Amino acid sequence: MSEAVRKMPEELWGGREELEVLTFDIAGEMFALEAFIVQEILDLLPETSVPGAKAFVGAVINFRGKVIPLADIRLAFGMEATKPTIDSRIIVIEIEIDDEPVLAGIRTDKVHEVTTLLRTAGEPPPSVGMRWRPDFIDCLVKRGTEFIIVPNLQAIFSAQHAHA
Amino acid sequence: MSFPDPIAVFRTEAAELLEQIEAGLLDLNVNLGDKDQVDAVFRGLHTLKGSGAMFGFEALAAFTHHCETAFDRVRKGEVPATQALVTAVLEAKDHMRALVETPTGDHEAVGETLLANLRRAVDGSGSGSNGAAAEEAGPAQTLYKMHFSLPQNAMANGTNPLPLLDELRELGECRIVADRSNIPALDTLFPTDLHISWDVELLTTQPRSAIEDVFIFVMDEMELTIETVEVPAAAKPATAKAPAAEPAKAAAAEPVAAKPVATPAPAAAPAPTDAKAAKAAENVRVPAEKLDELMDRVGELVIAQSRLSQLAGGSGDLQLRAVSEDVERLSGELRDTMMVLRMVPVTHLFSRFRRLVHDLAHETGKAIELVTEGETTEVDKSVIERLADPLVHLVRNSCDHGLETPEQRLAAGKPEAGKIMLSARQQAGEVIITIKDDGRGIDKDRVRAKAESSGLIGANANLTDQELYQLIFQPGFSTAQTVTNLSGRGVGMDVVKRTIDALRGTINVTSHPGKGSEISLAIPLTLAIIDGLLVRVGSGRYVIPLSAVEECLELSIEEDMRSRGRSFISLRDSLVPFLRLRDLFRTGTKPDPFQKVVVISTGSERVGLVVDQIIGDHQTVIKSMSKLHHDVATFSGATILGDGDVALILDVGHLVAEGQQQEAHLRAAG
Repeated sequence: MSEAVRKMPEELWGGREELEVLTFDIAGEMFALEAFIVQEILDLLPETSVPGAKAFVGAVINFRGKVIPLADIRLAFGMEATKPTIDSRIIVIEIEIDDEPVLAGIRTDKVHEVTTLLRTAGEPPPSVGMRWRPDFIDCLVKRGTEFIIVPNLQAIFSAQHAHA
Repeated sequence: MSFPDPIAVFRTEAAELLEQIEAGLLDLNVNLGDKDQVDAVFRGLHTLKGSGAMFGFEALAAFTHHCETAFDRVRKGEVPATQALVTAVLEAKDHMRALVETPTGDHEAVGETLLANLRRAVDGSGSGSNGAAAEEAGPAQTLYKMHFSLPQNAMANGTNPLPLLDELRELGECRIVADRSNIPALDTLFPTDLHISWDVELLTTQPRSAIEDVFIFVMDEMELTIETVEVPAAAKPATAKAPAAEPAKAAAAEPVAAKPVATPAPAAAPAPTDAKAAKAAENVRVPAEKLDELMDRVGELVIAQSRLSQLAGGSGDLQLRAVSEDVERLSGELRDTMMVLRMVPVTHLFSRFRRLVHDLAHETGKAIELVTEGETTEVDKSVIERLADPLVHLVRNSCDHGLETPEQRLAAGKPEAGKIMLSARQQAGEVIITIKDDGRGIDKDRVRAKAESSGLIGANANLTDQELYQLIFQPGFSTAQTVTNLSGRGVGMDVVKRTIDALRGTINVTSHPGKGSEISLAIPLTLAIIDGLLVRVGSGRYVIPLSAVEECLELSIEEDMRSRGRSFISLRDSLVPFLRLRDLFRTGTKPDPFQKVVVISTGSERVGLVVDQIIGDHQTVIKSMSKLHHDVATFSGATILGDGDVALILDVGHLVAEGQQQEAHLRAAG
């Protein structure tokens, strides 16, 4: 990995010292997404599977009269599937793909809280010794004894999109 | 209710005016002597100038003024209408559009060049230079005496008489006296009523029509009398000046010109204004977003209604059922009305091609005749908007590649002028738009050679003509040997294909060497709501557009067993290939005992879809699939069912193609 990737991703922090994020669990790991891209947190909804679509976005849901894809981040990180529980939620986010805003739902096992991450606690993803693709992660933020993963949704969704 | 931004309203209006002007110019180009068109263009320019100035588009008003002047001279027969003039004004018209869109931009230089062109076009013609020369030498001054009064409610309607007076003053030396004799006593005076009329004496070099033009917007309602007092003219300015001071009453008896005119004689001008006013009263201009919003609401209503139907259907309450049926009928009607509202004739779309072809003919040096047909065919507004670009590409392509040069045409024994025919018609739930030329046709060998060399097909691949023609829609494909300004860069045709695909349409190409080619686009009439057939496959529910469904039948057990190897059913003596959607969708559930077949078709090609259950018909509000699902070709969209679940809409064109492919494979296999 080149130096450039090892550096803290500047687009994420954009000169800011703090990030306001929503934290949630997927398959035992804690993730965080910037709060402003989160549109809504929903209970699990009936899903309609889309035959022929990639497993990452294998289903669609009815989000207030709009049909939006339901993404499963676990597949991007090669994680085990977990059974839905009473805590399972769908986070609806809006991200830009090819300069167009796209709504998508993300299946999560549990949603925690909106909190603030400090830039000083952040680390770039290590280039070795990680199970996950480093370009799918914007940064890791230390919190107590744990790390919170800030995934690079842009990269994850674009990768799925580009392989179409 | 918010009022629309007046500037935006002006822009819309200006766009329409420019379109009218363009249409008039193009008609004029065909028939240079057409007096009505000259008038139409002049009126358009005049209105544009007037309302431009009113809304603060000064640059536009100033520029348009010059064009208007030029046409005014044509109108009065001072200069003839020439091709050069029409071309110059056409170009100027494009500049006006730029001025409307970006009034603050830096347009001076362009404007100057265009005006220089215009002057050349006007003065270039023989009689024109005479006229100009005469004007410079100081033409005859005329004394006009007029009396005019506006209707009592004119001010309440927004007419302000003062600018009219100012305009009169600009025409020449002017003495205006207000006639206050009609003003009532103060206690009966209503402050917004207009009781004043005016007597005006105007000494001017301008013709009478210039005065009439001042009142062009209020002409219909006002009373205007103009008397002409010819002033013995003008060879010596000194003598012309003398009577200007004290108008010579004696000269008033000029027998020809002194006829007092009650409402001005030139009937051509006011009559169309009348017609226009009448039309405006019947039409309401609504911003497109409002319509889209309404469409969305109707869509939601349709969803709610199908939920109600489902509930009512499941209950034994007869009254509830009756109400539900009423609501169903009403929402169906509402939907149909809504559809009609969104329909616009393709005239707008076609009219812009006249200009395109006119320009293309100039650029290529070919003589091209454009024939349009079926302009009244109506298509959903959003479809029309998205069709414009692909059609431009196709027409350009026909002009550039399809049509030969005049020499080649003559050598081939064809008329010198190439013909391009643009036609539209409705067929079932689709509109068919055809672009047909009588040019050289598509060179199949060249298409094949090009496709082989670029690796699109293997050498000696066995392709039908249709498959071969479809290759021209591949990205990067161009058989033009030289890249011209118009086409040949290999971009364009693939864009056409993509756009038509996105509209759920199909492209059909036919071509005869030496005779010409024909490209037809079949596009669904609407993008928003369709009638669908709801079916179940495994545990999933899917919608098949009803317009594509031919019939439904049961797959008999024998046929089911027999067809394991070859997926065909015989349907009234013809074999129809079928697709088992269960296999296609990998449902992984046990098939229902009695499988059903839904036979769908596009044009002449049919394919059967085997489903587990046919649930019934369903009004479907089409929701487009997310960008993340654009790779899934089997579905054209999704819809929300009465119970809130999502059902996917099958892409008929794609499935039929797949079925045909399967058939071809089986044929090839034996």
